[in-house]
Parts: sequence; C-alpha cells; structure tokens
Amino acid sequence: MSSAPTFQETVFRLKKYWSDRGCIIQEPYDVEVGAGTMAPETFLRVLGPKPYNVAYVQPSRRPADGRYGENPNRLYKHQQLQVILKPSPADVIDQYLGSLAAIGIDLRKHDIKFEEDNWEAPTLGAWGIGWQVMLDGLEVTQFTYFQQCGGFDLDLVPAELTYGLERLVAFLQNVESVYDIEWAPGVKYSDVRFLDERQFSKYNFELADVQMLWQLFDLHEKECTRLLKEPDAVLPAYDQVLKCSHVFNLLDARGAISVTERVGVIGRVRRLALGVAKAWIEQTVPAATESVA
Amino acid sequence: MSILFLLEIGTEEIPDWMIVPALNHLQDTFQALLDQQSLGGKVTSVDATPRRLVLRAEGLAERQPDVEDLVLGPPKSAGAGAATGFAKKMGTTPDKLGSETTAKGEYLSFTKRTQGQAAEAILARELPNLILKIPWPKAMYWNGKGSERFIRPIRWLVALLGDAVVPFEIAGVKSGNTTVGHRILGKPSILVTIADFDEQLRTNGVILSADQRKRKIEAEIAGLLNGNRLKPDPDLLHTLTYITEFPTPILGSFDPSYLELPQEVLVTVMRHHQKYLSVEDSSGKLAPHFIAVMNTNADPEGLVRHGNERVLRARFNDARFFWDQDQKKKLADRVVDLKNVTFQAKLGSYFEKTERVVALVKELGGDENAQRAARFAKCDLTTDMVKEFTDLQGIVGGLYARAQSEVEEVAQAIYDHYKPTSMEDAIPSTEAGRIVSLADKWDTLVSCFAAGMAPTGSRDPFALRRAAQGVVRIVVEGKVRFDFPGAGDELREFMRDRVEYYFRDHVGFPYDEVRACMASGWADLHSLSARLGTVRGIRPTPDFEPLAASFKRIKNILRQANFEGGVAFRKDLVKEGPELDLYDEMQRTKGHRLAARVASLRPKVDFFFDKVLVNAPEEDVRRNRLALLHNLLTEFSEIADFSEIVTERQAS
Repeated sequence: MSSAPTFQETVFRLKKYWSDRGCIIQEPYDVEVGAGTMAPETFLRVLGPKPYNVAYVQPSRRPADGRYGENPNRLYKHQQLQVILKPSPADVIDQYLGSLAAIGIDLRKHDIKFEEDNWEAPTLGAWGIGWQVMLDGLEVTQFTYFQQCGGFDLDLVPAELTYGLERLVAFLQNVESVYDIEWAPGVKYSDVRFLDERQFSKYNFELADVQMLWQLFDLHEKECTRLLKEPDAVLPAYDQVLKCSHVFNLLDARGAISVTERVGVIGRVRRLALGVAKAWIEQTVPAATESVA
Repeated sequence: MSILFLLEIGTEEIPDWMIVPALNHLQDTFQALLDQQSLGGKVTSVDATPRRLVLRAEGLAERQPDVEDLVLGPPKSAGAGAATGFAKKMGTTPDKLGSETTAKGEYLSFTKRTQGQAAEAILARELPNLILKIPWPKAMYWNGKGSERFIRPIRWLVALLGDAVVPFEIAGVKSGNTTVGHRILGKPSILVTIADFDEQLRTNGVILSADQRKRKIEAEIAGLLNGNRLKPDPDLLHTLTYITEFPTPILGSFDPSYLELPQEVLVTVMRHHQKYLSVEDSSGKLAPHFIAVMNTNADPEGLVRHGNERVLRARFNDARFFWDQDQKKKLADRVVDLKNVTFQAKLGSYFEKTERVVALVKELGGDENAQRAARFAKCDLTTDMVKEFTDLQGIVGGLYARAQSEVEEVAQAIYDHYKPTSMEDAIPSTEAGRIVSLADKWDTLVSCFAAGMAPTGSRDPFALRRAAQGVVRIVVEGKVRFDFPGAGDELREFMRDRVEYYFRDHVGFPYDEVRACMASGWADLHSLSARLGTVRGIRPTPDFEPLAASFKRIKNILRQANFEGGVAFRKDLVKEGPELDLYDEMQRTKGHRLAARVASLRPKVDFFFDKVLVNAPEEDVRRNRLALLHNLLTEFSEIADFSEIVTERQAS
C-alpha cells in the first residue's frame, strides 16, 4: 500500500467525493467540541424540516483521552470527518462504500461489515440507530440514522457518517502509530501535532485551574440562560452550551467532579442543550424556510 | 390448484441477535394469516442473512372458498312489504327468498353466497401490516417523522405467488421480483423466480441458509487449524453466522509474547472486541492464533489477515499497557478511590457499598479472607483494564490480587464474586467466594428494594432477578446458612417467587410439591430442600396420594366449620372404633419416618371417613372430631401442606 494517500490527501478526496454528491463543504467549527456531532452544523441543522447536506472535518477534543503523545492510538484531540445527509438517501450505504473506494480502498480485497452500534448522547438529548463499520476488523466509521436530537423527534431522518481520520489513514498507510502517519509529503503527523498532544495533556490533567473552571462553567451557563430569553440569539446561546460541555470535560479530566456532582452537572448541560434545540425550532425554522432560495 | 409463495424483506444490516426471533414471529403470523383467511398452505421455511428475511410457503389456494350464509329475515306473517324490504337488503327479489321454520314460527330467509377473494389480493392487503408488526427490541424510522418503523430501513421487497408478483408497498418500496446480491460479491439487481431464488442468490455471493453458512465456517476452520483446536464458542459462532452473507474464516496470528498476559484478558479482547474465535493447542493452552470470519469469499493478497492482526496487536498492546499501569497502584490502595465510582445514583458510591458488604460478610460468618476479599472486590472498577474491558470485572480483580501476592483464598474469592452470572454458570468455587458473592448480591437487593427500585413486569434494569437467583443458588448449593436479613415484605415476596422458580424450573420438582413444601415455610432453604427430597421420596408410594386427597378433604371440612384449632382432643368422648383407631395410630407412629407414617395412617384415615360422621349432632362430639383432624393436619404441616398436592383423582 505504498501508494496510500497522505492524511491531507485523504481529507481532500473525501471532501471532493461528498461535494460531488451535493454536500456543502464546511470548515471546522471554531469552538471546542468533543465530537463533530456537537458542531451546530449537525446539532442544530438536523432539527426542523429543511433538507441539509454538509461535510466537514471537526477536530474533536476529549481531554480525558490525552496520553501526553505517548500512546500510538489515543489522542486528546482527533480529527473526525463528519457527513450529514438530511434526509438520508435510499442508497446512502452505496454512497458510503463509494467514498472508501475514493480513498483507494479496493473492497474486493478487503472485508467490510456493518455491526450494530447505536449512538446516544444524553447531554444533547440525542440518539440514533446504526452501526460501526468494520474494515478488516478495524472500526473506520460510525454510521448513524439520527432519531432524536435535543429531545425532539426529527422531521427528516439524517444519516450521519463519522470517519475517524487518524485510524483510517493509519490503516491506509499501514503504520502502527498515528504519529507515523504521513500528513503531507515528507511531513509526519507527529511533526504537526505532537506538541499539541503533550502540552494539552499536561494542561488537562495537571495545570487546569479547577476553581477557575467551575467559575467559567457557571458564567457560561448563566450567559446561555440569559441568551435563551433573547430573540434571535440561538446560535450564540449554543456556543455557551459548547463552552459548558468542554469545561465539564476538563473538570472531569482533572478528576474534579465527584460522584454526587456528576449527574447534576450533566443535567445542567443537558437542560441548556434542550433549551437551545427548542429555541432553534421555534425561532429559526420559519426564517430558514424563507431563506432556502 | 396449489401454489408456492415466497417473501423476501430486504433491509440494511439487522443486528445478529434479533434475527431468529423475528423469523419465528414472521413464520407464526404468516401461518396464522393463511389459516384465518382459509387460503390453505403451510410455511415450509424461513431463513435469513443480515440483509434479508425470507419466508417460503406451499400449497396455497388461488382463492378462498366461497362461503354460504343463511340469513333470517322478518316473519313470514309480516307481509309483502317486509319481504320486499328484506329482499332488497339481500340484493335479490322476493321470489328468490326461502323460508325457515324456527321455534318462534316461520321466517323468511336467504342463502347469501360470498365469493372467496383471490389469494393475491388478500396477501397484497395483509402483508404490509404483517411485516411492520414484526416486534423488534429497538425499531427506527427512516422516511421522516411519523413514517413506518422497522429494525433497519427496508430497501427492497420480493413477493411472489407462483409466477406473479403480489403487489404492495411499504415506506415507498414496491414489492417485485428483483432481489439484491452481496454488497461486494453480487449484482445489485437480480431478477428471480421462486424456483431459482436460492441459486440466484448463491451465484451473487449470498448463502441464504444460516445452517449452510455455519457449516461452511466450521468446515473451513477445520482446514485452518493445523493440529491446534478451536476453543468452542457456540454463541460467537451464531453471531458470526448472522453477521455474514458469505462467511469465510481466516487464520491470523499474534506474537507469542502476548501469551504472558492472562488468558482471560486475551480471550476477552479477541471475543468481545474483535469477534475472533480463540485457538488452543492440543493440551488446551491458548495458542498465538485466532480465527476471524470475513463476509467475503477470499483474502487474495492477505490484506484482511494483515489488517486484523494489526488491530489485534494494538488491542493487546493496550491491554499490556493497562496491566502494567494498573500494577502501580495496589488494590488495597484503591479502596478509597471507590468513593468516586457510582454504584447507583440513589444508593451512593461503591465505597459505601463495600462497607456494607464487608459488614454483611462478617455477619454471615465469613473469615478474615472472606472479609478481605469483600473489601477489595470492587477495587478493579477503578483500573484501566476494567474501564476498557468491563466484562472482566471481578476476574481482573482476582488476577491482580494474585499478582499482588494476596493469599489464594482472597484472590479466588474476588475472581469468582460475580458468579453465578446465569442459571448455567457455576457458583463460586470456594467458601469465601460464596460468602462474598452472596453478600454482594444480597446488599444490592436490599438496597434497591429499600430505594423503591424493585423490578416491575419485564423491566428489571438492575438485573435483580439474576442477583436473587444467585442468592438462592449459593445458599442452597453452597450450603450457606442464610435467613434473608433485613428483607422487607416486598423483597421477601420477591425472594419467595425466586425460590419457587429455582426448585421448580431449575431443580425440576413438580410445582405442587414445591407449593406444598413452601406452604410449610421456605425461609430456611436447607430445610425446604430436605423436605422436598422427602416428599419426592414418598410420592410414588401407593398410600401417599390417597392420603393427600384426604388431607384436602380435611382442610375443606375445617374451613367450612370455621375451625381453627386451639381445642384439645378428649379421649373420653370417644368410643371404640375408627375414631379411636386413628387417634391411637397417630400417637403410636409419632416420630416415625414419614413414609412409614403415611403407609400406616392412610387406611385409618380412609376407615374414619367411611364410618364416622364428622358433623355429629352433638356439639362436643363434633368439635372433638374436628380437633382430631386438625391435629392430624398440624402434625404433617411441619413438612408440607399435603392438601396442595394434585392427586390423580383431581387431575382426571
């Protein structure tokens, strides 16, 4: 597999592939998120009756997963390529298989299986039905038919395809460590991201000021609650939800959330997320319908 | 004319474990449809792959038989107007009407003939509903809010009655005579007939028969093993059969140095995370190989094998890393960390649970080792290994305890303390293990019931039935002294059901013997078990069932007389005869073995009922006789309430 595409080439090809199939190509959302699902391009756009097709790379931060750059497969921040097809077309799986061919995978020489794996994000009031897609025993994609988001049954059922880019490209390039991935010709993943992993692991586990994080959580929560009472401020309110969620993850990595607190804090984030989803449906659906043209 | 029928429901990949129950339901409901609609015919097979549910039937009629109904109209005497009205209603003319003589007089009548409907029309009408009514553990919708629900999207439908398509539509998919092959090995659109359906699928990379797929896997594995043997795993084999349309096993290998990790860890990684079958050498030791089952026909360049080996290497490296990492902090130092692990939101942390379990172990007479095991039992919940491989809880704790030089009794007790995890699973192998497991499960039951989290109907989110079953089995089979300490009424009632279930469905005692013995008390499970053995022993003796029938009669007599005992039997009120005979025999045989007593008392009881009128006119005689019968019943009630025994006479 010497001709395997580089990391960036893989991203280019996937974006081109989905762009050719009618997706808007978005850039990553610029607030910290734990997964591509949390970006407003997914969380908010799947709500309501308006069709939407989008693909984007989303750097996803999971502070507790950091390993100081020392584990070959675990990262504090990994890159997801997220595709939303709303509504899901009848040939969505064939389209997905085509995307694997586009990055050089000859499926006649490999083994692909769709194994049951339903997805649930209680903090977002969201869940879906689907599979983990296994390629030669490796999970390369999470495939989900969204059923609910923000506590609402969805008008149109979107298909969400989440490619774990590091895993996928390490597989294509046949390397044992994500840090050995060739990002661009002559440039390794470690050249681009190693310091990031080491320094943020140190911050997330050791340096983050717990007192300050709790204050931030309270402030973002208060701001979100305030914005939810304002007209035409749903997107800014949702940013505050994302901030809360990230701060929660940091506190969790610091081991600062006790058993008894945990359920309560998750409940606070969830309440905000549900409030935003409701406001999005109420405020922006009529406007969005008008602006389709 | 008798016609063949074929139905194929084409879907996206259905979870393997849901397929067989769905097929069974489909078979039953389709057969019921044929029967109810008088279409004749019989379902001949159902089969499935992850992407298709297929049903075949034969012997269908082309149409339902015509039906004749005799409809009674107004009385003949009602006149011509009524006759015209009735005829009109029946869609005929008055001259075609007949008459029927009933007990109330003569009535107009008409034989209404309804033509049977065509099978095709009935199936076209009923199939969508029948298909959508298949029950799934977790269904989805895919066409927008309020649309049809199924386990995964339906993508095609084949419905053939003989050569004809049965036309219907579900969620925008129209039935037809076109199927779909294997995702990689087959064509996406294949014209089929009932006769060539299986063959067409086969040439398009789909083996429809699960049985054939399974045999293919087994046969080909045999050719890969090269002197080694497969670690048997029927459940995983079943899963592999139902996640593939064209299964082909391959042999992969891993570096033998990983065999230094405990076998339990290696097997769990392979089985639960990768669905690989494990391989043993001829002496039963884990070999550095595995079997993966592909959903395709070949691995021409070895890429699949290479990919799977690569994934497994990363997984094993993780496991090794977790093992090394976890050893840096002993179990003993992790007890306090349990404060940060939730047992249950309402019930606090595992630290608090541990405190309670240790106390209970002490109360149950557990020794130092048992108490130490109880203290460390949950500590592995804080290890990376268990966070990653949750199925290994307990087992990892036991392995770590051993690695950290705890005494073997302690290590084994921790290792076993989730056992038994099913009715088939063994109870813990050591006494300490049994006490710890019992205390852990009992604490869960008492706490959950106290917090109002008892199971309701089929909902049992905390698996309390399984825990209760474990309690019963450990107490009975492990011969542990246990009297359900701290159980409230609700838990007591719950345990009573589990005890009854255990002796009846697991051990296999007839339900009436279980009920009879439990009526005499069940909280001492060892006594109950012994009494059940006794009753089983005398059940086949000729005198037992007749005596049991008499006991039922006695019980009825006492109930009708509202007699609740408390009256001493007075010998002075009794004359020579059956009454005194019975009394004397009761006195004489006191303390004899049950079988002997039954044999000697039975003729006396029969004789008594033959000759003596219990309801004597004299109050004192009557009460004395009731007292005698009451004494008889009471003497046996320490063993069982024999009136609960279902005797031949009652059964027939």
